[in-house]
Amino acid sequence: MSGRIELAHGGGGSLMRRLIEDLILPAFDNPALRPLEDQAVIALAELAGHGDRLAFSTDTYVVSPLFFPGGDIGTLAVAGTVNDLAMSGARPLYLSCGLVLEEGLPLETLRRALASMRETAARAGVWIVTGDTKVVERGAADKLFINTAGVGVVPAGVALGAHLARPGDAVVINGDIGDHGVAVLVARNQLALEADVASDCQPLGDLVAAMLASGAGLRCLRDPTRGGVAAVLNEFAQASRVGIRIRELGLPLRDEVRGACEILGLDPLYLANEGKLLAVVAAVDAPMLLRVMRQHPAGQRAAVIGQVCAGPAGRVILETEFGGERLVELLAGEQLPRIC
Amino acid sequence: MKYIQEFRDPAKAQALLHGIRQLLPRIARPRGRPLQVMEVCGGHTHAIFRYGVPGMLPPEIEFVHGPGCPVCVLPMGRVDDCVALAERPDVVLASFGDALRVPGSRKSLLQAKAAGADVRMVYSPLDALELARREPDREVVFFALGFETTMPATACTVLRAQAEGLRNFSVFCNHITIVPTIKAILDSPGMDLDGFLGPGHVAMVVGTRPFEFVARHYRRPMVVAGFEPLDVLQALWMLLSQLAQGRCEVENQYSRIVRADGNAQALEAIGRVFELRDYFEWRGLGSIDHSGVRLREAFAEFDAERRFALPGVRIVDPKACQCGEVLKGVIKPHQCKVFGRACTPEKPLGSLMVSSEGACAAYYQYARVDISALRREALA
Repeated sequence: MSGRIELAHGGGGSLMRRLIEDLILPAFDNPALRPLEDQAVIALAELAGHGDRLAFSTDTYVVSPLFFPGGDIGTLAVAGTVNDLAMSGARPLYLSCGLVLEEGLPLETLRRALASMRETAARAGVWIVTGDTKVVERGAADKLFINTAGVGVVPAGVALGAHLARPGDAVVINGDIGDHGVAVLVARNQLALEADVASDCQPLGDLVAAMLASGAGLRCLRDPTRGGVAAVLNEFAQASRVGIRIRELGLPLRDEVRGACEILGLDPLYLANEGKLLAVVAAVDAPMLLRVMRQHPAGQRAAVIGQVCAGPAGRVILETEFGGERLVELLAGEQLPRIC
Repeated sequence: MKYIQEFRDPAKAQALLHGIRQLLPRIARPRGRPLQVMEVCGGHTHAIFRYGVPGMLPPEIEFVHGPGCPVCVLPMGRVDDCVALAERPDVVLASFGDALRVPGSRKSLLQAKAAGADVRMVYSPLDALELARREPDREVVFFALGFETTMPATACTVLRAQAEGLRNFSVFCNHITIVPTIKAILDSPGMDLDGFLGPGHVAMVVGTRPFEFVARHYRRPMVVAGFEPLDVLQALWMLLSQLAQGRCEVENQYSRIVRADGNAQALEAIGRVFELRDYFEWRGLGSIDHSGVRLREAFAEFDAERRFALPGVRIVDPKACQCGEVLKGVIKPHQCKVFGRACTPEKPLGSLMVSSEGACAAYYQYARVDISALRREALA
């Protein structure tokens, strides 16, 4: 596909209509989108069939570069919002898609991003049912920004929250940490650094459904995106007024990611993930939950990484590989900008 | 990851700790106070906290965090000059990432960038040179800082810029030198240090000989150390062995990198490009004679201080800050009046809180509260 985005593609006229009909509709086609009204209308009865509470979330994606090993801005835009919904225990159902296009963006770039959105939405079992497109003049945005909002439904009886961790609980993760952060950093190509690392970007709704169906006593779920594992564990510890202890040697981590962190002086605990979740679960259920997670493609390298303890309240302590201990604090600044 | 994990082996750590505990009874400690060992270099401070070393040591040993973090000791006036440079419409200011957040009296480089200044983060002075080649109608200024560790890279970059005849590249030189600073600490009243872990990466360039005065004149032992946690423990064991045996020498634990005479090529490049300043202002420590370098006259056209008119204002350190006392090891970071309250990594007053190698940031990040107290609390 040749051609580039022009300001007229956002002007509401015939060029905009062609963009929607030629590029966007074929990518997202579904019965709720097809009438092309200004809104999608969803039957309440259909929603109520999935549970008793609506989950609603939004996120905006500005990653640079747009394409990186393991994903692109399109996969991120769907998986990111799907995962935010899923962390409440909700089944993700519908997404919106707002596009901000920079004048001059190759149409082929947009087509590839939309194809990724379609593919990821199909994997996640969600429909993209409404959207909006804006074009801004060259320089007013960097190529392509995407906002997605999503709704899902929380099944009756599911009650998860960062404040529900209790002393004795186990802390579980579904696989290797830091892949997304390192993949994006390497893809920026500013460091003359080569590493065979792909982003872990993936929708987690199905894994969460399997974890809920296992009957394990799940207390908290959160996806460690920006701020990494360190940020989420601190959120759990503070909201639940408990301490959390993790073991450095127990953290699942690829050698490539560990090596990149050594060279660049980064701490994998603070690196962004886009296909990971941290769960707090009753200790007695942890082995069973691990078995269930490891049978799922998104949880094959699941591991227990630590325990919840009574105190010190609000603190996360790392037992280092060297045999010492240190506090894991929140990061003050930005480790890497425009990571998602 | 081979050649890294070996230097973090917990079993070897336990063996060294055992050796350290055995040495302790043979070392006299006046008034029973803990032994105070200063790690000069901020890289050591960071490693010590990153791996949780203080909690592994017997309580009779204390680390005192020295002045070896070049970002931390940069006075506000120099940051203000750098911000003034960055705010010139014709200038691209290229800087290492950790200098961007250092507070000036008006703003940091990062805040200047947000307000429209063209500030770019680089990983090497050669990246800045490449910017100058690519953008010939812009003035590219490299914010050069660091001890002897980073001087050779700046020197080689200036030499290359001269060889290429680049007309739009200059260096705002804030390079400093460690020896006069260690002297200043040893001369300061109330100094009560028992020994030093020497700066491994400075010694990689200058060798171990320039540190001999510490043992000879001041009768304090020093062990030049590497930056992995086993390096630190082994160097500490070597230092305590000296104290136990009544020896006082400069020893080299980091022998896989450091030679007694340093790196001849690097020293040659430094000597060609830089000359000592009469004095240089340090944050917290005041003015120290012959502690900074600037570009020689032959390289004047690459010297941002000669090329541009700079305000050059001296800014007194904020009154509440006790950076100097922390730098000299008189107090620990958390004993400072503003630590964790008025001065945090989000809103640093003193630059020890800004850089990841700063003692205060390391304390805040890894050990804001006493870990051993936490352990007691957890077990209770």
